[in-house]
Amino acid sequence: MRVVIIGNGVAGVTTARHLRKRSDCEIVMISGETDYFFSRTALMYIYMGQMTFEQTKPYEDYFWEKNRIRLLRDWVAKIDFQKRTVLFSSGREELSWDRLVLALGSQSNFFGWPGQDLEGVQGLYSYQDLERMERNTEGIRRAVVLGGGLIGVEMAEMLLSRGISVTYLVRESGFSRHFLPAEESAMVSRHLRKHGVDLRLETELKEILPGAEGRVGSVVTSRGEEIPCDFVGITVGVHPNIDLVKDTDLETERGILVDEFLRTSIPDVYACGDCAQVRNPRPGRRPVEPLWYTGKLMGPVVAENILGGRREYDPGIWFNSARFFDIEYQVYGEIRPALPEERESLYWEAPGGERSIRIEFDKETGRVHGFNLMGIRYRQEVCHHWIREGASIGTVLENLGAANFDPEFFPQYEEEVVRLYNEKHPEAPVRLRRRRSFLNAFSVLTGVGR
Amino acid sequence: MSAVHESLSLARPHPDLSGFEKIGWAVLACGVAALIVAAFGWGSSNPKAALLTVFGLTGAGGLWVAVARNGSRTPASQNTGMMKHPATSRGIIGWVLGVVLTAFYIVLYWFPAPLENLVRMVDPLSRFLRGTDADRWFLYGTLYTFGVSVMGIRAIIKYRHSRYQIVRTASIIFFQSVFAFTLPALLRLFNQPEYYFSYFWPLKYQYLFPTEVDHLWNYPGGIGVAFVVYGLFASFILVPVLTYFFGKRWYCSWVCGCGGLANTVGDPWRQLSDKRLKAWKFERWSIHSVLVFIVVTTALLWIDSWSRGAFLGRASYYFARTYGFLVGAVWSGVVGVGFYPLMGTRVWCRFGCPQAAILGILQKYFSRFRITVNGDQCISCGNCSTYCEMGIDVKWYAQRGQNVVRASCVGCGICSTVCPRGVLNLETGPVGTRR
Repeated sequence: MRVVIIGNGVAGVTTARHLRKRSDCEIVMISGETDYFFSRTALMYIYMGQMTFEQTKPYEDYFWEKNRIRLLRDWVAKIDFQKRTVLFSSGREELSWDRLVLALGSQSNFFGWPGQDLEGVQGLYSYQDLERMERNTEGIRRAVVLGGGLIGVEMAEMLLSRGISVTYLVRESGFSRHFLPAEESAMVSRHLRKHGVDLRLETELKEILPGAEGRVGSVVTSRGEEIPCDFVGITVGVHPNIDLVKDTDLETERGILVDEFLRTSIPDVYACGDCAQVRNPRPGRRPVEPLWYTGKLMGPVVAENILGGRREYDPGIWFNSARFFDIEYQVYGEIRPALPEERESLYWEAPGGERSIRIEFDKETGRVHGFNLMGIRYRQEVCHHWIREGASIGTVLENLGAANFDPEFFPQYEEEVVRLYNEKHPEAPVRLRRRRSFLNAFSVLTGVGR
Repeated sequence: MSAVHESLSLARPHPDLSGFEKIGWAVLACGVAALIVAAFGWGSSNPKAALLTVFGLTGAGGLWVAVARNGSRTPASQNTGMMKHPATSRGIIGWVLGVVLTAFYIVLYWFPAPLENLVRMVDPLSRFLRGTDADRWFLYGTLYTFGVSVMGIRAIIKYRHSRYQIVRTASIIFFQSVFAFTLPALLRLFNQPEYYFSYFWPLKYQYLFPTEVDHLWNYPGGIGVAFVVYGLFASFILVPVLTYFFGKRWYCSWVCGCGGLANTVGDPWRQLSDKRLKAWKFERWSIHSVLVFIVVTTALLWIDSWSRGAFLGRASYYFARTYGFLVGAVWSGVVGVGFYPLMGTRVWCRFGCPQAAILGILQKYFSRFRITVNGDQCISCGNCSTYCEMGIDVKWYAQRGQNVVRASCVGCGICSTVCPRGVLNLETGPVGTRR
């Protein structure tokens, strides 16, 4: 059996790895982007000179040959679902497949602004985008970044590392308000400004005006301001990269539609990662989740089902992480940017305003639903364990130290979090029983000592 | 129509080199120039003035650069530009530094004549601390301790957001300046045998060689007997017990001077270690070969000593001499430190040190230490592997959610410090829970 995987990002690679773990089938992985798998999340570090491209490869080059995963560097021009072949834009001989995996990734969103095709205007997703950014920012002094998400912050950090000033336009009233509660959003806004970012909230892009030689010269905002700049970074989200299959028999909407087994509408064709749109997502989950972690979770499911299994895609309890300049961000479970009536949120912020702990729980039952951490590291296993088991806020706070994952000698804030809770709930005070230690985390997980 | 509003962004105009930092480099350059002048005669003709000028200027310049460069950078941007700068990415400056350092070690070990004026320069310090004139090894110890201290302060500034790194670096500076420099000097001042309490056999192999044991044992006053007992205790009880509880790091990155130099003076080059599987394979052969070599050499020396040479003739002597030349001098000195700017900072610790080999075996099989990976949070970015001085491909473990249990890990904690997602943590717990 020959399995052809289009795309060598984390979703495609995870699929290939799990196929090889379980079977001897022939695996061919095609990419037009790069010869080898690299970490997309590390693109910024190449630009900043913190790592070389070579160092962003998760596996050494020998890995592919050793695991008999054939790598093909080419762009796919067309897929023939009838004849079960893949055709290449280079004119290379067509390749037949028995099973096909579409791991096509995303494309940056552009919303049709006047001037968005000018030189110096770009998104940041692919390795080619990085090369383009390298050329586009050579010797420039001023940039505008658009969009209050994670890639935008990375772009701002990249640009500032080269002494390029950054004006940052965000449509919402607070930074990343679509997933951050107000306090954390304000914290990130303060932090960006501290780093020299000229952050402009509630400001939209109207148009991009040309300067000299067809390059970008300035942007005009919804507030009527014209901001001179030599570069515009567009980071207003991504959408599934499905141009390749748009006018084919394959059923698509925003992305390639897949069932709970990650099968597409055509037999023996699977889709995973950013490009997949789950028909019936689990409660609280979105149909398209363009995340590194999603690709990693989908890969094993596709592999197992290709090999005759029947495993449903279960993304499990939500988690994500990022870094806003110096502030690490981790989220486990449900944290609503706007708190619903039936929920309560315990929010503790350290003096200095760059660290915080938030726990969201039911007002009535006390059941804990989510953790949001800024500048503090918590254990995923422990937080997920509490959420899965429906632990109450009292239980969680008593054992809070077990979740702490900060390095040795770091200050611990669990006592202050508990004190804050007790001030708010004098009727049922909680006493912190577990401080940070590996053993405590272990005993919470195994139930020893409870 | 629209008014033109200039950007209000406050990007630093020259992120690579600020004017403030340039002053520091100028002062440092003056210090190096003074060192050269001292080496050509000033050190002998006016040792006190030369001593104060050389160490004053290089120290002030070094600290100035550290404050201007690392002090102005935020935690997340400390390594910006590392892989592009010619000094830290095997560029032209790196090669020049590598050649200069290597040449220094060759001169120090085998052709010390050119160092004569510098040795005289440290005479005042030697007389003050040890009550006797300096020799080239005292000069070397002075430079070494000075380097660890100044660059140690730089490391503390660079990693100031991590208390683990602050405490650990302070410990390194303490052990080098007190246990490996001042204390041995004071012992000499009081006419006692010079003894380094922070080094044990087999790293300090002479401490269990018959000649050294005899020398200490019979030293007038009896304190030498205590040293011999301490040496045996450290090698055979202290090392396994502390390694069981804390892992190899209690020694390699909290106490040892070789590790101390690597983590302070060598910190700018930690990313140059070879991460390939090939390098790991070579490492396992080479480090264990050195361990076997020194164990055999020591055993032969004792057999020889007991049989009064009747049994093996002079074989053990040749063994000891070969070890001293190849491992003691060429590897730990010339290659180990000379190649810092080209092969990374732990070449000796990783490929050669027999003490690290023993600690590594203990750590792998009999220790509570591991680097824990936080769930599925790894994004495979590669920062941990890149900045691992021991060449461990940390992300290989992290991306599969597997704890890192490796003989070579010295527990410096930098992988945890540079991880942009907070995925890695140095922890201790029951041996069986290491996964």
